[in-house]
Amino acid sequence: MTNHWNDIQHADVILVMGSNPAENHPISFKWINEARSKRGAKLISVDPRFTRTSATADYYSRLRPGTDIAFLGAMINYALEKDRVQWEYVKNYSDAAYLVNPDFKGPVDLDGAFSGLTGAKYDKASWSYQMDENGIPKMDLTLQDPQCVFQHLKKQYSRYNLKKVSELTGCDIKSLETVCDVFTATYKPELSGTIMYAMGTTQHTYGSQNVRAFSVLQILLGNIGVAGGGINALRGESNVQGSTDHAALFHILPGYLKYPKANQPTLVKYNEDNTPKSKDPQSLNWWGNTPKYIASLMKAWWRDADLETAYSYLPKIDDGKNYSYLPIFSAMANQEIKGMFCWGMNPAVGAPSSRMIRRCLAQLDWMVCIDLWETETSAFWQKDAGVIPADIKTEVFLLPAAASMEKEGSVSNSGRWGQWRYKAVDPVGHAEDDLWIINQIVYRMKDLYKNDGGAYPDPILNLTWNYGKVGLDGRVHNPSPREVAKEINGYFVTDKEIEDKAKKEIKKFKAGDMVPAFPMLQDDGSTACGCWIYSGSVSDTENKMMKRDPADPTGLGMYPNWAWCWPVNRRIIYNRASVNAEGKPFAKDKPVIWWSGLKKVWLGDVPDGGGDPGTKLPFIMVPHGRAQLFAAGMTDGPFPEHYEPLESAVKNTMSSKQVSPVITRWDEKAKEKTCNPIIAEGCIAATYGTEDSKGFPVICSTYRVTEHWQTGQMTRWLPWLDEMVPHQFVEMSEEFAKEKGIIFGDKVRVTSARNVEGIVAYAMITKRLKPFVIAGNTHHMVGITWHFGYKGLVTGAIANDLTPFIGDANTMIPEYKAFLVNVVKA
Amino acid sequence: MAEFIKLIDITKCTGCRGCQVACKQWNELAAEKTTFTGSLQNPDDLSYNTWTLIRFDEVEQNGKMNWLLRHDACMHCDWPACVKACPSPGALVKTDEGPVVHNTKFCIGCKSCIVACPFDIPRYSKEKENIAKCTLCYDRITDGKNPACVTACPTGCLTFGTKEEMLDKAAKRAEKIGGFIYPNNPKYETHVLYIMPGGLKVADYSHANPNPKMPTTLMWWKNLFKPFTLIGIGGVAGLAALHYLIKGPHRVHEKKEEGGE
Repeated sequence: MTNHWNDIQHADVILVMGSNPAENHPISFKWINEARSKRGAKLISVDPRFTRTSATADYYSRLRPGTDIAFLGAMINYALEKDRVQWEYVKNYSDAAYLVNPDFKGPVDLDGAFSGLTGAKYDKASWSYQMDENGIPKMDLTLQDPQCVFQHLKKQYSRYNLKKVSELTGCDIKSLETVCDVFTATYKPELSGTIMYAMGTTQHTYGSQNVRAFSVLQILLGNIGVAGGGINALRGESNVQGSTDHAALFHILPGYLKYPKANQPTLVKYNEDNTPKSKDPQSLNWWGNTPKYIASLMKAWWRDADLETAYSYLPKIDDGKNYSYLPIFSAMANQEIKGMFCWGMNPAVGAPSSRMIRRCLAQLDWMVCIDLWETETSAFWQKDAGVIPADIKTEVFLLPAAASMEKEGSVSNSGRWGQWRYKAVDPVGHAEDDLWIINQIVYRMKDLYKNDGGAYPDPILNLTWNYGKVGLDGRVHNPSPREVAKEINGYFVTDKEIEDKAKKEIKKFKAGDMVPAFPMLQDDGSTACGCWIYSGSVSDTENKMMKRDPADPTGLGMYPNWAWCWPVNRRIIYNRASVNAEGKPFAKDKPVIWWSGLKKVWLGDVPDGGGDPGTKLPFIMVPHGRAQLFAAGMTDGPFPEHYEPLESAVKNTMSSKQVSPVITRWDEKAKEKTCNPIIAEGCIAATYGTEDSKGFPVICSTYRVTEHWQTGQMTRWLPWLDEMVPHQFVEMSEEFAKEKGIIFGDKVRVTSARNVEGIVAYAMITKRLKPFVIAGNTHHMVGITWHFGYKGLVTGAIANDLTPFIGDANTMIPEYKAFLVNVVKA
Repeated sequence: MAEFIKLIDITKCTGCRGCQVACKQWNELAAEKTTFTGSLQNPDDLSYNTWTLIRFDEVEQNGKMNWLLRHDACMHCDWPACVKACPSPGALVKTDEGPVVHNTKFCIGCKSCIVACPFDIPRYSKEKENIAKCTLCYDRITDGKNPACVTACPTGCLTFGTKEEMLDKAAKRAEKIGGFIYPNNPKYETHVLYIMPGGLKVADYSHANPNPKMPTTLMWWKNLFKPFTLIGIGGVAGLAALHYLIKGPHRVHEKKEEGGE
C-alpha cells in the first residue's frame, strides 16, 4: 500500500478492482464504510462476478476476466478527453513533460508492440528520455511536443474509447461511462480517489501492467501521496508484506535490493549495474544509496568477512534465468533439484497446474514440510492424493510448527506497519516456532560442513548467527526474535563518525550502537543492516514496533506512535506530492504534510525527502524524482497495452498481438516437446484459434471466499468454518446451466487442456454471473474457489489442477484469473 | 440497568459471517454437518445450534442485480409472544434490559413459543427436549460488553447501545440514506432494529415478516379466553363455596375411616 488501511476513510471515491475486500479483506470495510458515512464517498466495484463487495457498492460494472487494461485504458482516455487531469500535479510531479527518445514507437505504430521487439524480448534502448547538456531530461512544459511522454500517452490511449472497450470487455457502455465519470471526478485537487487491488489484478500474464495502468490513472488525477488516495495492494496473508519486505522471493534481497546475477561477480559490478544516477539537483534518487544498503546487508550476514568476500558468498542467479514456480518445478521434474523445504506453503493445491506439481514432487529424493497441519503437499504420496504410495520414492518429513499466537515476533500489515506480537499460549505437542526450527537447522548444517566438508563450506561456516544468549557450547539455544529485529534495524560494526551536513555537526557512534535510521547506513562495512527499509524500527532503548500509543495528533488516523511503519515511520509514501510548490496541501480538509513558514519545518506525517518546499521532487524512488507515466523499467512496455490472456476464446481487437509478446511460453515448449514429459503435459494451453482451444470454450477464474483461507490448510480443519462452506463448487450463470441442462444439486465436471479427466464439484447456479457477449458471440464464464484439497475435515476438488502454467512477463506470477475450461454435467 | 437495542444497518452488511461464527464461539454451539445448499447460506436455517445466520437472497429488479444480505436472529420483542405463549414459568423470560432469554432448566419442550414467534426464531432439539435461541448475549451485556456478534462485526453493520441512543441513531441514518426502520410498529416494539435501504421492501428479504405482531390466536387464548378461564376457576370456587354454605363441610365417610389402617 502507498497509504494504509485507516487512510481509506479519507477517500472520496473508492475503486475496487481486481479485489473483493468484502470477502477477502473484511476488516477494510470498516474504513470503506467510514468514508461513505462521513464523507459521502462512493464505492465502485469492477469484477467479472457480482461479489459481496458488489452487493454493497454504489456502482457495479462487469468486465470479462483479463480485460483490466482495456477498462482502465478507457478511464485514462476519458480523463484525457474530458480534461479531467490535475494539471499542476501532472506538470510538476510527473514525467509528462519529458521528451522521449525519437526512436521510440508505440502500439499505434507497431501494431500492439513497442519499439525494440526482437523475438520474445525487447531491446529497450529507445525507451529513454532525451537528456540536455547537463544530463537532465529535456522537458516541454506546454506538453505539445509530439515526443513528450504526455503526447505518447494520449496517442496510445485514444484507441481505448468507450464503445470499443465496452465491446472488448463485455461490460455495457453505460456502466463503463458511469465508472469513468465517478472516478475521474477526483482530478480536483481537494478530492481523492483510492484504488484497492489484489490478486485479480496481478495474476495475469500482464499483471504488472494492470498495476501500471492504475499508476497512470492515479498520476493523471493527482491521487498519489494524498490522504484517501494511492494504489493499495490488499495483501492476502497477514504478513505477506513482511515476507516480501524481507525477500521471501527469488528476484530480490531484503529491502527490495536487486538479486545479484552471475554476470555481476563482484560487488563493484553489482553496484555499477544497480545504482541509478540522476544529475537533476532536485531529485533525491534514493536508489542511489544502493551501495550502502547492500554493503550493510552483507555485513549483517557475514560480519567478519570483507565486503567483496561476503558478496562472493551470495549465490548468483544464472543469466537469463529466474527461479519462480515454473522453472523450479521444471528442475524438479528433471531431477536437477533433489530436495525441498516447504515452509508454510502448500503448492500441491496452490500452484498452477497443481496436478503436474504433485507429479514433480514425486521426483524428489526428500522433502521437508513445516506446517500446522498435514497439508496436501506433505501428503502428496498418500492414497488420498489419488496415487499408489508404494510407487513414490520421495522421503517426506513433516515438522509441526507453532501458530502465530504461539510465538513472538513482528507482523507487517499491508499498510507497512511493523507490529510486534507476543506469545499468548505455548505451542501444542512437539510444535516449535519457525525461528527455533531454523536455528536447529543452521547449527546442524554448520556441523555437517565442519565435520564432513562439502563443495563450498565457507558461506555456511562463516555465517553470522547471534540471535540471543550464547550457551557454553558457543551456540544460541533459544533464539530471540527481538535480537533478529535488532539485526534487521542495523547496528554499527565499528566505531564511526558521521557528518550531518544539514546541521553541521558530527555524530559519533560506537560499535554495537543501533543505527538510528537508514540515512546513517554506510557503504564501507562499518554498519550492518538486515533490511534497510526497517532501519529505525529498533533504537538503543526500544523496539518501536511494540509501541501502542493511540494518540492521533493530525486527526487523520496516522497514529505515529502506534507500531512503526517503514520507511522512517512515514505513513503515506510520496506525501510530498500532496502539497504544492509552496508546501500548501492540495486538499485542505485532509492535509498529510504542510510547511510551517514560521518554524521553517514540515508538519504532519514524516515528509518524503527533506528540503524546503519546491526544492525537491516528490517521487524519490525513481531516478529523476517525477512519477513515471512512462516506465522503461518494465519488461513488456513503458505503457500498459491490452493483450488477451494466454487462453482466451476472444480475438484481441486492439492489435494483432494476441498475447503479450514477451512472456515465456511454456506451452510452446510443451508442444515442441523440448521439455520434460511431466512438464509438457501440465503446460499445454488452449490458445486462441488453435484446434486445442475448441474443446474448451468456457472462461474460468479462481478466487477465494471469506469462510476459507488460501489452500484451506488452516481453515478446513475448523468445524465452524467448514459448516459454512463445506464443499467445492463451480459458480455459473442461470443461462449457462440451462444451456447445459444443469439443475440445482447437480455435480459438474470441469476440464482443461492440462487436465482432460477434470475435477468434479457442485454446480452453484446464480444470477450473479451473466454470459458475456463479445463481437456478437456469447461467452460463458464459471468461477471456482481454490480452497479445497484432499486433507482436512472437509475435502474437495483442487481448482488449480486446471490452471495454466504461465507467468507474468515481469514477475512470473501465474495466470490463475483467466483461462479456458469445459464444463459438463457429471 | 438501562434498556438496550441492537441495531442492524443492513446497508453496511457485507455478509462476511463474522457474526455467525462469533455467536457459535461465545455460546459454545456445535458446528453442524451441513451439505451443499446451492447458495452461500449455510447452515440453511436457524437451528438449536445456530442462533444467528446471514440470509442471502438474489433479487433482480429492472435489470439491476441485488444480493441481499441479512443478519437474522431473535428480535427480542418488548412484548414477546414466546413468553406469553410459554406455560412454564422461568423457561422464557423478558429481562428489563431488553433481551428475551431462555432457560433450558425450566423448558418443558412444549414448542408453544415456536408456534407463537412472529419471526420464527426458537428452535427445538429432539435430543435435548428443549428450545434454544439468541439471548442477545445477556451474559455479556450485563457485564458491560457488547454482544459477541456486534463485537465481531467489522463493517459497522451491527451496533449496540441504550434504547434512546440507538433509536436516535437509527432515525438519523434512515433519513440520511432515504431508507426506513424495521420493524416500525409502535404497537410492536423490539430490541433489535433494522435500517433498511430505500427502494426495497421487507418482503424482498426471505424469511422476514413485513408486519410482525402478536399472533391473533395467542391473543384469543391468552387475553380473551384467559378471563374466561378465570371465570371458570372463580365459578368452580364460587359453586364450591355455595355448596359449602348449603351442605356444610365435607364429612368423612365413617365407613372409609373404619377401613383405614
